Amino acid sequence: MLVIKDLHARVDGKEILRGVNLTVKPGEVHAIMGPNAAGKSTLAKVLAGREEYEVTQGSVTLDGKSLLELAPEERAREGVFMSFQYPVEIPGVTNAYFMRSAVNAHRKHRGEPELDAGAFLKLARENMKLVAMDEKMLNRAVNEGFSGGERKRNEIFQMAMLAPKLAVLDETDSGLDIDALRIVASGVNALRSPDRALIVITHYQRLLDYLVPDITHVLLGGRIVKTAGKELALELEKRGYEWLQQGAQA
Amino acid sequence: MSSITPPNALAEADVQLDGDYKYGFVTNIASDVVPPGLSEDVIRHISGKKGEPEFMLAWRLKAFQRWKEMREPRWAHVTYPPIDYQGISYYAAPKQKEKLASLDEVDPELLATFEKLGIPLSEQKLLANVAVDAVFDSVSVATTFKAKLAEVGIIFCSFSDAVKNHPDLVRKYLGSVVPYSDNFFSALNSAVFSDGSFVYIPKGVRCPMELSTYFRINERNTGQFERTLIVADEGSYVSYLEGCTAPMRDENQLHAAVVELVALPGAIIKYSTVQNWYPGDKEGRGGIYNFVTKRGKCFERAKISWTQVETGSAITWKYPSVILQGDDSVGEFYSVAVTNNMQQADTGTKMLHLGKNTKSTIVSKGISAGKSSNAYRGQVLINQRATGARNHSQCDSLLIGDKCGAHTFPYIDVKNAASTVEHEASTSKIGEDQLFYLRQRGLSEEDAVSMIVNGFCKDVFRELPMEFAVEAQKLLAVSLEGSVG
Repeated sequence: MLVIKDLHARVDGKEILRGVNLTVKPGEVHAIMGPNAAGKSTLAKVLAGREEYEVTQGSVTLDGKSLLELAPEERAREGVFMSFQYPVEIPGVTNAYFMRSAVNAHRKHRGEPELDAGAFLKLARENMKLVAMDEKMLNRAVNEGFSGGERKRNEIFQMAMLAPKLAVLDETDSGLDIDALRIVASGVNALRSPDRALIVITHYQRLLDYLVPDITHVLLGGRIVKTAGKELALELEKRGYEWLQQGAQA
Repeated sequence: MSSITPPNALAEADVQLDGDYKYGFVTNIASDVVPPGLSEDVIRHISGKKGEPEFMLAWRLKAFQRWKEMREPRWAHVTYPPIDYQGISYYAAPKQKEKLASLDEVDPELLATFEKLGIPLSEQKLLANVAVDAVFDSVSVATTFKAKLAEVGIIFCSFSDAVKNHPDLVRKYLGSVVPYSDNFFSALNSAVFSDGSFVYIPKGVRCPMELSTYFRINERNTGQFERTLIVADEGSYVSYLEGCTAPMRDENQLHAAVVELVALPGAIIKYSTVQNWYPGDKEGRGGIYNFVTKRGKCFERAKISWTQVETGSAITWKYPSVILQGDDSVGEFYSVAVTNNMQQADTGTKMLHLGKNTKSTIVSKGISAGKSSNAYRGQVLINQRATGARNHSQCDSLLIGDKCGAHTFPYIDVKNAASTVEHEASTSKIGEDQLFYLRQRGLSEEDAVSMIVNGFCKDVFRELPMEFAVEAQKLLAVSLEGSVG
């Protein structure tokens, strides 16, 4: 499904990704771990098409289609979803209006008729249940005055609404207490499916207790330096990243 | 409650700012144009052409005398080359045979122009419940729905007709809120105004439909000086919509209108404007100079609410204000002002609290893009006797890009300690983070900008009649097209 080959990217003239290779198959959950400044969030943003990041080398394809030439919204409509580490506020725009516009932009792209208000509401209600979101949140402005937990739940709600092929969750566990973490993880688990791939970016093992990956990677110095199963996360929790550092520099 | 049909001129959202202003067509109709220049003779000519009574001419001449002694105001945060007032033609009337009894008699080309503007003039539009008094250049061409309104005693007609048919009302209220001597532009308007709209709502009558006027500048090099007077008698209600478009012109054109609202005890006047005059091109060539005086006076328990969406004009100089003279009266001002490219706006309001327990609300949203400049200028005055007066002001600015400017000039003058004045202000920038967030969800960049901007303006849009609000949103999106990225 997703094939990343020799991906190099830089921001403000500084090279952050230095040859990332990664293949993710449908149905798989990949965890990407690594210390601060390893390039984890950069990888997420490059996949989503954030323009400040300049791709200098390599390729990214989704189902054989190259993503790098596409604008962020085109990638989104092709099925790339990113859950933000810090979801921004959009004052004055209700969650409902925002999501309905987004869902309809996706439907239009697929040549499907737009959802009317009733159908949208029905779908939204179902998906809000996944993350135990209060229906009132639909009429609140996007992320405005939301707690950290509410923001992350709102991200997963949006993921459910947009039903992406590939979801990249960037530090979804940051700023969550343990209860919120559980709710968010169970929402994501409910969205696992044989034709959907997930990339979970995190610092810590604790999210992976609830959201168990098939494959775990360590990103260090802009490259994936180690790939193993779910047990790798536990090992990293015990040993940290230093023992891998030598490998990365070699 | 009546429903509202949007003025389609604004509904067509495909206006391009960059040299493709949709309303930039010129109608070829032989015009009765007075040669450029301003003098007593010109004023006499205008007044004579219109067959005005003596009191009107006398008033115009006094205004002209006063104007000659006045100087153009220079305090606004705008710059423009000097205006040659002797280079402007002060009267242009489309040449027509005589007064028309029905729409069938209107010059087809004129009707075609209105068609392009989307003004619902035809009789079928009766269903739409919008009465339109269309002002083509300076002369009111057709007034619809007069009969229906007349049934409940409402007068809705061109200013010229009002001068002829209701001279007592005009005489009583003309200049009672904006005296001719008020300011340079109001004096000029008082001297040379050629037409406009007049509304009178009798005691206790709730106007059964939204009243709407379209203004359109067509003649080359003619300033337009309309005058609107709305009198809402005791306990009455009226909602009035005003929309403006102008054809593309290379020369700047002067527009100096005056709007006077009189809300007698217990009356409510809601006045909504969507202003989309030609803003000039990207380099700042052409565009309308919009110097407008709008003011209302509230008697006891009366309420005046101004809502404006200003997206056009090269220069906007406009401060719709309310004199809260009567006790327990209410004034409101809701404004969205958008500037792009080289546009300059200096706009805001004045809330003058004279009566006890008077209340005012100001919500101003300024959006600047391109190299434009957008200033809010507002005055809140609480007079000695205005015990219990309350004001709340909120002024927010949104910047798009880094070459534009936003300024806020609040003047607060409190002379009574038993009153409350609150002022909040904020300036923010459309963030790359916000844009990226929305685009990541599948919205195009333009839709994303429009969504952010509309969210920012929500508090104002919800004051507009609903369909007008929809058009305003579209217009905003169009005005800001290409302003990002």
